[in-house]
Amino acid sequence: MTGSTVIEKTHCYHCGDECLTIDYNYDDKHFCCHGCKSVYQILSANKLCSYYNFNQHPGSTRKTEEKRFDYLNEPAIINDLIDYTDDKITIVTFYIPYIHCSSCLWLLEQLNKINPAIHNCRVDFLKKQLNVRFDHHQINLQQLVMLLYDIGYEPLISLQDVIKKQNSTVKDNLIQKLAVAGFCFGNVMLLSFPEYFGLSAFEQTFRNFFGWLNILFSLPVVFYSGSGYFTSAYHNLRNKVLNIDFPLALGIAVLFLRSVTEILTHTGAGFADTLCGLVFFLLVGKFVQKKTYHHISFERDYRSFFPVAVHVIENEQEKPIPLANLHINHRIIIRNNEIIPADSMLLKGEALIDFSFVTGEAMPVNKTLGEIIYAGGRQTGGAIEMEVRKPVSQSYLTQLWNNEAFSNKNTPRTQTFNEKISKYFTIVLLTIAFSALIFWIPTDLRRAINAFTAVLIIACPCALALSTPFTMSAALSIFDKNLFYLKNTAVVEQMAGINTIIFDKTGTITNGDHNHIKLEAVLTELQKQLIYSVCANSMHPLSRLICQYIGNMDKLVVNEFQEVVGKGMVATIGLDKIRIGSAKFIFNREDASSNKSTVHLMMNEQYLGYFSFEHHYRDGLDKISDLATNYGLYLLSGDNDHEQYDLVRFFKSPQKMRFNQTPQDKLNFVGELQKEGSKVMMMGDGLNDSGALKQSDLGIAVTDNLNNFSPGSDAILDGKSFIKLPDFLKFSKDTVRVIHLSFLVSLTYNLIGLSFAVTGKLSPLTAAILMPLSTVTIISFTTVAVHLAAKKRKLL
Amino acid sequence: MSIIYFLIGCSVFMALIFLGAFFWAQRSGQNDDLYTPSIRMLLDDEDIPSPKK
Repeated sequence: MTGSTVIEKTHCYHCGDECLTIDYNYDDKHFCCHGCKSVYQILSANKLCSYYNFNQHPGSTRKTEEKRFDYLNEPAIINDLIDYTDDKITIVTFYIPYIHCSSCLWLLEQLNKINPAIHNCRVDFLKKQLNVRFDHHQINLQQLVMLLYDIGYEPLISLQDVIKKQNSTVKDNLIQKLAVAGFCFGNVMLLSFPEYFGLSAFEQTFRNFFGWLNILFSLPVVFYSGSGYFTSAYHNLRNKVLNIDFPLALGIAVLFLRSVTEILTHTGAGFADTLCGLVFFLLVGKFVQKKTYHHISFERDYRSFFPVAVHVIENEQEKPIPLANLHINHRIIIRNNEIIPADSMLLKGEALIDFSFVTGEAMPVNKTLGEIIYAGGRQTGGAIEMEVRKPVSQSYLTQLWNNEAFSNKNTPRTQTFNEKISKYFTIVLLTIAFSALIFWIPTDLRRAINAFTAVLIIACPCALALSTPFTMSAALSIFDKNLFYLKNTAVVEQMAGINTIIFDKTGTITNGDHNHIKLEAVLTELQKQLIYSVCANSMHPLSRLICQYIGNMDKLVVNEFQEVVGKGMVATIGLDKIRIGSAKFIFNREDASSNKSTVHLMMNEQYLGYFSFEHHYRDGLDKISDLATNYGLYLLSGDNDHEQYDLVRFFKSPQKMRFNQTPQDKLNFVGELQKEGSKVMMMGDGLNDSGALKQSDLGIAVTDNLNNFSPGSDAILDGKSFIKLPDFLKFSKDTVRVIHLSFLVSLTYNLIGLSFAVTGKLSPLTAAILMPLSTVTIISFTTVAVHLAAKKRKLL
Repeated sequence: MSIIYFLIGCSVFMALIFLGAFFWAQRSGQNDDLYTPSIRMLLDDEDIPSPKK
C-alpha cells in the first residue's frame, strides 16, 4: 500500500458535486470535471464571477458528453426555431430546463458581456425561457447555442417545440373582458345607489340620467364581456346539448332587455347592476378555473423526445439533416447518448442500447451487427453506424401514434357533475318560468311578464356556475403544493370517478435511481477502499451505485485504468490489480441467473464475490396495495417477469400482473377494461406507456424530474409524492362532495329568490342583494371546505 | 345640483383613462411575466468590474 496517497474530499466550486480528483483546479478553486472548470474560466474571463455570489454552487454538473450542434447551420432548422429575423437582427426564444435560481437569471441576462453581438437577453423565470436578440452577422445560431452550452445552460431543442406551442395558444381576451366588466360593474353600482336610497321628487331628472348611463354601461358588458356565453349557448343548442351556458345566456339577455324596457318606459330602475355583477362574477370564475403550468407540458409525444436532426453519411461525408428528411436507406451515425430516430439496421460499431424508455426494460441490451434496432433506443458507448429501414413515422414505436386513441383528441370522457346537473336545471327553470307566466296571464298580463322574467333572472345559475371553478381551483392548488400537477380542473372529477388503477413497472413503481444493492462477499476495509477508488473513475450507473454503497471512503490514486464500456474495468492501484465487471467480462461466460444484475469482483486473480442489484420500489407501494379494497389494481410491464414474486405481495394475485407487454398491448388492455365498464386510471412514465395513458380515463405520468421528458398525460406526479397517491384519491372524492354541497347551498338561494320572483314582485334591490350574497357564500364555502378536506387528508 | 352631471362625467372620464391604461399595459405585454422582475430587482448591478475573488 505504500505509494498510495489519500485525497481530501472537496466540493466542486461550480456545481457542488463531490470532487473525485485534483486534476481540475483553477484560481485555488476545486472543480469536479473539465466542464465545470471551463465554465468558471469563461465566467471569470468575462468578469461574471458574481454568478457564484448570489447562490452557492449554482451551476449544473458538466460531466456529460460533448454535444454536437452543427445541425443548427441548416437553414430549414433555423427557420423553424427563430421567432423573427430581418437583415440586421434575429430574435429567438429558447427553453432552458436548467434555469432554477437568481444566479441563472443574472448570468443569462449578462450574455452580452461575453459576446457583444448579443444585444439583449430576457429571462422568463417561470416558463424557463430565454429570449435573445442578436446580430446574426457576428454570431450565428449555432454559436449562440454553443455559448449557452459552454456556460452550462443547454437549451432544449426538440421537434415539438414547447415554446412555439405555448405562444400560439389562442388568447380569448378573458382579462380584457374581465376588466371591462369590472369597470362597468363599479360604475353601475355607484349610479344605482341613489335609486335604492330613494330620490326625492325634486331629483327626478337624475333618475333618467342615471338610467341612461346604466344602459350605456350595460352595453359593453353584454356585447363584449358576456358575448362568450351567447356563442357557447348557441353552439350547444345546435349540437342539441343543454349546458350551463344556456340558462346563463338567457339570464343575461332577460336582465338586459328588462332593464332597457323599464328605464326607457320609466316603469322602474332596471337590473343593470345585477347584470354587470353577474357577468363580472362569472368571468372571475372562468379566470380562476384557468390555471396553467408554464413549465410543464402535458401534450408531449415522441417528437419532443426525438432529436431535431440526425447525422447522415453521404458520399463519405457526415452531414446533419432534419429528421423530416430522413429516408429509408440513409446511413446514419448515432453517438453515445443519442436516440435512434427510426427502425434501422446496425452496420458498424458496438451497440449497447438502453430501451428503458421504450419498453421498460431496465438494463441496456447488446445488439449484433445486422440486427434491426427499434427507434427510441438510446445508444450507450461508442458511435455506431446504421442504415434506416423504415421512415420515422412508420417505426415500431411511432406507429402507436396512428392508433385511434390519438386521433380523436377531445373525446368526452366522463361527464362532470356540472354538465349532468345543468341539463335538468335548465328544464326545471324553464318549467317554473312558464308556469308563472301562464298562472298570471288570466289576471294581469303585465304581472305575468314580470314574473316570467324575474324567474329567469333570479334563478340564473350564477352560484352554480361558480361552485365548480372555485372548488376545483382550490383543489388544484392543494395538489400543486403536493407536487401533483393536473392539466385542468376537470381532472379532479375524473379522478374521483376512477375504479381501476393500472401501474407500469419500470420508472413508475420502481425508482430507477436507487437500486437495492446486496454485497455477496466479505471484504476488508482496504479492499473496499480499492474497489471504491476504481469505481469512482467510471461513469457507469452501477459503478456510481457501488460508490454510493461503500460510501465516504478516501480515494486512492489509480495508476492504470481501463474501462470497457458497458462491461467492466481493469485497474492497478499500487501493486494490486483489480478487475470489476459483468460475469462475461470476468469469467468470459454468460451469467446463468438472469433475475438480477450482478457486478463481480476480482483482485489479483482471486475471486472475491459480487454485488447484486435489485430494483427498489418506490416508498409507499405497500400503501397502494391497501387500495385493492376499493379499486381494481393491475400491473403492466414491458420488462420480463423475474420480479413477479417480489411484486405479488402488492398486487395480491399473479393474474393481475402482465409482463412482456408491448406499448400496443398496454393500450389494448386499457381498452378491454373500459369495455367492461371500468373507469381506468393509468400510471406510467415512458413513451411505451403513452398509448395506455391516452386511452385511459385518466393518465398520470410519474416522473422524478419535471424537466425530463414525460409522455402526454392528464396529470404529472412527482415521484416524491407517490406515497400520497391514496390520499390524493380520497381528496378528489372529498372535492366532488364539496361541489355537491355547494350546489345545495346555491339551490337554497335560488329557492328564496324564486319565492319572490313567481309573485311577479321582484324589486331590483332584492336581486342586487341576493346575487352577490349567494356568490360570496359559495366562494367562501367552497374554499374553506376544500381546505378543511385537505387538512383531513394531511395534504396541507 | 347640476354640478353632479359634471362630476359624474369627470369620474367616468377618469375611470376610462385607467381602463385604457390597463388595456395598453395588457397589449404591450407588461403583464405577461409577473414573476421574473421580482427576482431581477434583487440582483445588484455591477458596472465597475470587480476584482477576482
